[in-house]
Amino acid sequence: MTTIEAAGRAVAARNVEFRTCPFTGLKVDLAAQRLIYANAVAAVIFLAVGGLFGFLVALTRWPAVHLLPAEWFYLVLTGHGANVLLFWIIFFEIAVLYFASAVLLNSRLAAPKFAWLGFILMVVGAVMTNVAVFQGDSTVMFTSYPPMKAAWHFYLGLILFAVGALVGCAIFFATLVIAKDEGTYQGSIPLVTFGALTAAIIAVFTIAAGAIILVPTFLWSVGLISHIDPLMYKVVWWAMGHSSQQINVSAHVAIWYAIAAIVIGAQPLSEKVSRTAFFLYILFLQLASAHHLLVEPGISSEWKIFNTSYAMYLAVLGSMIHGLTVPGAIEAAQRRNGFTKGAFEWLRKAPWGNPAFSGMFLSLVMFGFIGGISGVVLGTEQINILMHNTIYVPGHFHGTVVAGTTLAFMAVTYLVVPLIFQRQIVFPGLAKIQPYLFGIGAAGISLFMMGAGTLGVPRRHWDLTLAEAPIPYEFSAGAFLMMGLNGLFATLAALGGIIYVVVVVASVFFGKKVDSTKPVWQFPVTSTAAANVGKYGSHGTVKLPGTIILVAVFFVAFMLYYYVNWKYLSAVWPLR
Amino acid sequence: MAVTPPAQRIWWKEPVERVELVWTALAFLWGVAMFATMIIWHIVGQQNLANEAYRIQPERFMERTEAFVEKYKVGEQGDTGVPVVRPPAGSDVYMLGRLWEWWPVLELEKGQSYRLHLSSVDWQHGFSLQPVNINIQVHPGYEHVLTITPDQAGEYGIVCNEFCGIGHHTMAGKIIVVDRNTPKRGQ
Ligand code: HEM
Ligand SMILES: [Cu+2]
Ligand SMILES: [Cu+2]
Repeated sequence: MTTIEAAGRAVAARNVEFRTCPFTGLKVDLAAQRLIYANAVAAVIFLAVGGLFGFLVALTRWPAVHLLPAEWFYLVLTGHGANVLLFWIIFFEIAVLYFASAVLLNSRLAAPKFAWLGFILMVVGAVMTNVAVFQGDSTVMFTSYPPMKAAWHFYLGLILFAVGALVGCAIFFATLVIAKDEGTYQGSIPLVTFGALTAAIIAVFTIAAGAIILVPTFLWSVGLISHIDPLMYKVVWWAMGHSSQQINVSAHVAIWYAIAAIVIGAQPLSEKVSRTAFFLYILFLQLASAHHLLVEPGISSEWKIFNTSYAMYLAVLGSMIHGLTVPGAIEAAQRRNGFTKGAFEWLRKAPWGNPAFSGMFLSLVMFGFIGGISGVVLGTEQINILMHNTIYVPGHFHGTVVAGTTLAFMAVTYLVVPLIFQRQIVFPGLAKIQPYLFGIGAAGISLFMMGAGTLGVPRRHWDLTLAEAPIPYEFSAGAFLMMGLNGLFATLAALGGIIYVVVVVASVFFGKKVDSTKPVWQFPVTSTAAANVGKYGSHGTVKLPGTIILVAVFFVAFMLYYYVNWKYLSAVWPLR
Repeated sequence: MAVTPPAQRIWWKEPVERVELVWTALAFLWGVAMFATMIIWHIVGQQNLANEAYRIQPERFMERTEAFVEKYKVGEQGDTGVPVVRPPAGSDVYMLGRLWEWWPVLELEKGQSYRLHLSSVDWQHGFSLQPVNINIQVHPGYEHVLTITPDQAGEYGIVCNEFCGIGHHTMAGKIIVVDRNTPKRGQ
């Protein structure tokens, strides 16, 4: 902490310019605003590039279309993973960190010059890795499992990117310290900032694991190290790869709370419960890399069971708690706003035409039902045998990281553009349908890839017909059908993605300046509606029948799906 | 609100509503149940992946597999030149993954158990037995030994589901499961 504090103090002398947000009354440091802007714009550019690659991949895996030749398919798939999973998500997360610290705490941002340095490192790293991929000798997938070797600048780009992201985390921590020191807020940090803090703490662990594995791999690629053990690589690589997914979860859950607060004035049911749930993420995820190693040789069952469950189920517990408290907070707010009829009037009369809300709610539901349930099932020691490396795996994580994280990030953009960039959303009609298009598309690709996976379709595979294999195998007609449906829904998702990019870019560059009296969508942040919502603490909360029904449905679906998969497992060849 | 500091400074002392406590307890118990299910399956379940594995030089594994093929070869798969091997029931059998084939083709008897030795001699590969859908990661330098008991006769494909370079989608192999007293080929 001391070096961070010193860095913070060193620039205390800079001239800080603030503006006051007309909607929220928050003081916004213009330096922070510019950095949020730069990181968010970079994020959207990488999403546009990476999303296009995803679409090309899906079209190639659509048997009737089979678009790209094999070399291009594998190259573009490598580019897809890196650009969306790493670059889009992490640039956006850095923007979220700056927002949750400087803006929400009314504070100046620590050391903006360093923050720019971090940004530049990230851009250089991301571009370098992309160049390596497009030169064609780094088609190794973003996981780059040895002994398969990429060009040296593939790894170096990733390392630079990670260092830049680490700088972003340091700026975030330093800003928290400054805000505390300078007393820019009273009491504890807001829940959203707490969620962001969770994300940042996990990010530090993650990046440390990344350094431990990527630096030797880089040295190996330039010939300074002779051998990287492939199993050891995976253990450490996934300590980064899995933990970083928990960064995404923390960040998008924080965004769920933020959108619910800003759009409907929802208050956390209980600060204690929600914060504890975030804290579980920090405590119990370090070992979760285990669930990527369930069918590897030479790892004991005890280790696998202990690690996947100890780490996973208590982190899962955190998510299940948020799964109650987020819709619960929304229901409570809506009921106090007068939507009290039946179990679900609060939900029917929610602002479904506001893309920030619709995107957030779809993200919440799909992350839980699709990504969450499938993730736990996939991460069960024995069931993993049925699914490992089939296309079920990308099916699962398009449920978490696309339908969940990406959709939540898209949703919050509809608030960031007017509130931070101070631009009206152009094409509000398109913006309104965007979350639905993208959400349904993402749900479709997740479910159909999962379906295809249960029929054995391999992931990262150019030719389902195996036409060029000397000893061919014929997949079932159902498998081909699933991959075709996947292509159809990929088209929807791509359409939703394009609309998002177009609306955001057009709004940022050509949108009218926001006029505080007439925003496109209402933000009851400061309105009396919010004040009506009542006190903190769930003991003072109205009853929540709708939320209870929702979580009960979820719970039953979860149990059924879990045990159905054990049933499937019991039908395969005995194995010991 | 979630974007502002908690209204009550001492937020960690608030009482918590029943519904949250009940849900948290349920979710926790569910976690315990899932944890227990994995352990119970090790005791009563028929499908558990073996933990037996050895470090091995890829060349050594290749030699052993070749010796195995030499000993029990009964024919070739079509005109591919890939040997078909019919080992005695209950014996140790070998299969290696390499760019880009699963080698050799195995002919096994239904209902018999075999100790299958799996490894790679170059990159990582994904052993994916279809349509049974048993999927196992195969590493160079590690020999994984598992006991399989094919319980239905038929021809099974093995595709590769770990990306292993440009020929990945051409990498496939076969296990043929025959009824107990089917005679060996050529006899
Ligand atoms: C238009 C939207 C998208 C479509 C149509 C799409 C489609 C696909 C498809 C078909 C695959 C290939 C599965 C395979 O052959 O193994 C894939 C892989 C992947 N996608 Fe997406 N995707 C989209 C957006 C995203 C986003 C937003 C993210 C991350 C935030 C993402 C992350 C990934 C990752 C990490 C992989 C795995 C790459 C690998 O196996 O190395 N995708 N995607
Ligand atoms: Cu292979
Ligand atoms: Cu392969």
